[in-house]
Amino acid sequence: MLQTLWENRIQCVAVLIFAVGFSTLLLHRNLVKKIIGLNIMDTAAYLFLTSIGYIRGRLAPIIVGTDTDPSHYANPLPAGLVLTGIVVSVSVTALMLALTIRLYDQYHTLNLDEIYYMALREQEGGQ
Amino acid sequence: MKKHNWKQILRQWDEGRFDLTMALPEQTEPDHAGPDLPYRWDRRDRVRALERRELRLFERMYPWLSALLCVVIVLWLFWAVAELPAFGDPQAPAHNQVMERYVGRGTQETGAVNTVAGVILDYRAFDTLGESHVLFAAATAVLVLLMAAGKEDGEYRRELAIMHTESILRNTVRVIVPVVLLFGLYVMFNGHLGPGGGFSGGAVLGAGLILYAISFGFDAIERFLNFRSYRATVLVSLCFYSLAKCYAFFCGANHLPVIFSAGTPGRIFSAGLILPLNLAVGLIVACTMYGFYSVFKRGRI
Repeated sequence: MLQTLWENRIQCVAVLIFAVGFSTLLLHRNLVKKIIGLNIMDTAAYLFLTSIGYIRGRLAPIIVGTDTDPSHYANPLPAGLVLTGIVVSVSVTALMLALTIRLYDQYHTLNLDEIYYMALREQEGGQ
Repeated sequence: MKKHNWKQILRQWDEGRFDLTMALPEQTEPDHAGPDLPYRWDRRDRVRALERRELRLFERMYPWLSALLCVVIVLWLFWAVAELPAFGDPQAPAHNQVMERYVGRGTQETGAVNTVAGVILDYRAFDTLGESHVLFAAATAVLVLLMAAGKEDGEYRRELAIMHTESILRNTVRVIVPVVLLFGLYVMFNGHLGPGGGFSGGAVLGAGLILYAISFGFDAIERFLNFRSYRATVLVSLCFYSLAKCYAFFCGANHLPVIFSAGTPGRIFSAGLILPLNLAVGLIVACTMYGFYSVFKRGRI
């Protein structure tokens, strides 16, 4: 098992980066830091997917000359999937940041607990 | 397990300053305090103290429980990684007949030398169409959210006034921005021939536009990219993408000949629809990147 882990050390690094992002997401109460944590988690997923597509000793999947033998090139599919992931991550990050700006405009704080508390107070005051 | 009434707990915090672990007035009065005592320890106070104690416990436990959750997930994922095929193994199940088909016949079928471009803009073009729409939807949502905020231009005007005196920045950008924009266009046009494509080229183009906007202000960039041209570019690109792929899929499904031929692989005008689709995607990405910056900076495009 340890040998397999050493062989797959890039995936292990991806798991560790994922852990960094996940703990950032859970432990910080600041919304911007939570978004940063989510982005770190995304990065870990990309690293993992890209490492799956790699094949030792083969070229990047860009055809050289007329050589279309599949056993000479790496897997192009994970690269396309990572591209999808990056685009979605950018969009989600922008949306989250915009929502955070609106929350800050409303409550003048980025602390999630305080925002929740003040939102509840508003709700009770309205009733 | 007791159900927490969070609303009530939070209401208790109203009394003091806001601090999750704020010191509670330790109540040591017995439950059966006599009427002669000044303060009666009634049921409501007991509930309040109990809930505060539980809340403090929760606040104390939360970091440890989160860390424990992280450790459990990491060990679980490590276990999964240990079961994966070795890194770079050509026999791994991920490298199956799909990959063989894409690499082996991709160039012949799509005309793209860059197999990844062939995959994302021909075989799996619906996926990329969805991505473009995700970008468009995100840009629209951000625009709606931040335009509704009614941000004032004043602060940005002040920053701009300061920036106008930054001659080092402006003169550097004057040299760099044309190169950046040209490189972005090159990456977009080269997407089917080598590393690159609409997404990366569009990101470079968007970065160039943002750099220009930072140093010369939005007034300069609005000479060619205002809200109207932004809207027109994104709309035309998305519509062109949708219609072109509808046509290609319709013809492909019904075994009709397509007017866009694969051409000679390696030529700039080859690979059928991939080059125009790359351009459409690149324009969408560039506009969205610039739009995000502009909306975040001054509340409008």
